[in-house]
Amino acid sequence: MNDLALHLLDIVQNSLGAGATFIAVHIDENPRNNTLSMSVEDNGCGMNEEQLQKLSDPFFTSRTTRRVGLGVPLLRQTAEQSGGNLEVVSQPGKGTCLKACFQYDHLDRPPLGDVANAMVLMISANTGVDFAYRYTYNGKSYEISTLQLKDALGDTPLNDLYIMEMIEEMIKENQNDLKVCQIE
Amino acid sequence: MTKIKSLDDLRQKKQQLEQSLDIREKSDHPENLVQIKVAMATCGIASGARTVMNALVEKIKKENIPAVVTQTGCMGYCYAEPTVEVTKPGFDPVVFSYVDVKKAEEIVDKYILNNELIDGILPANYQTI
Repeated sequence: MNDLALHLLDIVQNSLGAGATFIAVHIDENPRNNTLSMSVEDNGCGMNEEQLQKLSDPFFTSRTTRRVGLGVPLLRQTAEQSGGNLEVVSQPGKGTCLKACFQYDHLDRPPLGDVANAMVLMISANTGVDFAYRYTYNGKSYEISTLQLKDALGDTPLNDLYIMEMIEEMIKENQNDLKVCQIE
Repeated sequence: MTKIKSLDDLRQKKQQLEQSLDIREKSDHPENLVQIKVAMATCGIASGARTVMNALVEKIKKENIPAVVTQTGCMGYCYAEPTVEVTKPGFDPVVFSYVDVKKAEEIVDKYILNNELIDGILPANYQTI
């Protein structure tokens, strides 16, 4: 995985596999406190104690197509090698919350990557699932959710190619604004 | 062209688009659409599925093809990732392997537009459940 946005795509895929209908993604970039965190919260089927413990075992997977599951172990490795950690809280039947923290200026921390593009790809490829996305930069946030988007767009599908491009542009503009306003 | 920054901008832009009839009414005839599924599990993403998905989206927009691009999980062909499954209306699904940007364009040009098969098709020995 070259950047954190790719990890995000991967982790969200787990949520989708767990039958989630609502997925909240939060990216918190905080150069001031030297932290970067990424969290994914879903309302999927959740995991029991045993599954939670085995989560970081690369040879544990709930899938039947193959016997290895590298998504979470890779993210944990990335987080730990860049001075951070990975936490997963889950309740069967309620959902799962995964949070990865990184040291912002750590040499081994991968770049954040194109999160806006990742979000748009996820939203457009899974129109039946609702997403909420929050991006925080030094404590200031920008939020967008598919509920708002659907409200604004009426019956135009979110996976229309022109709409996708527009949503991506909107997210990027707002993210840039958050950063630009805070140049000291 | 002004930048889109708020939901209101988005709404306005959408209306402009609708007036120029750029938006196809997809939801009406989903069975007439070409379905493109990009395998996006850990294996796929790590070998570049996102670039491929972006390239496919870009290409079908350019060629104005009635298609939807979606994601799917791992089909067990991790060695051959990124893989892309294309289902044309009335045809059986075809899975292409080792897809990169160039190959993605080839899939659209040759298979989707001209029904021509290209190298790297995986035997479909699975069923969607």
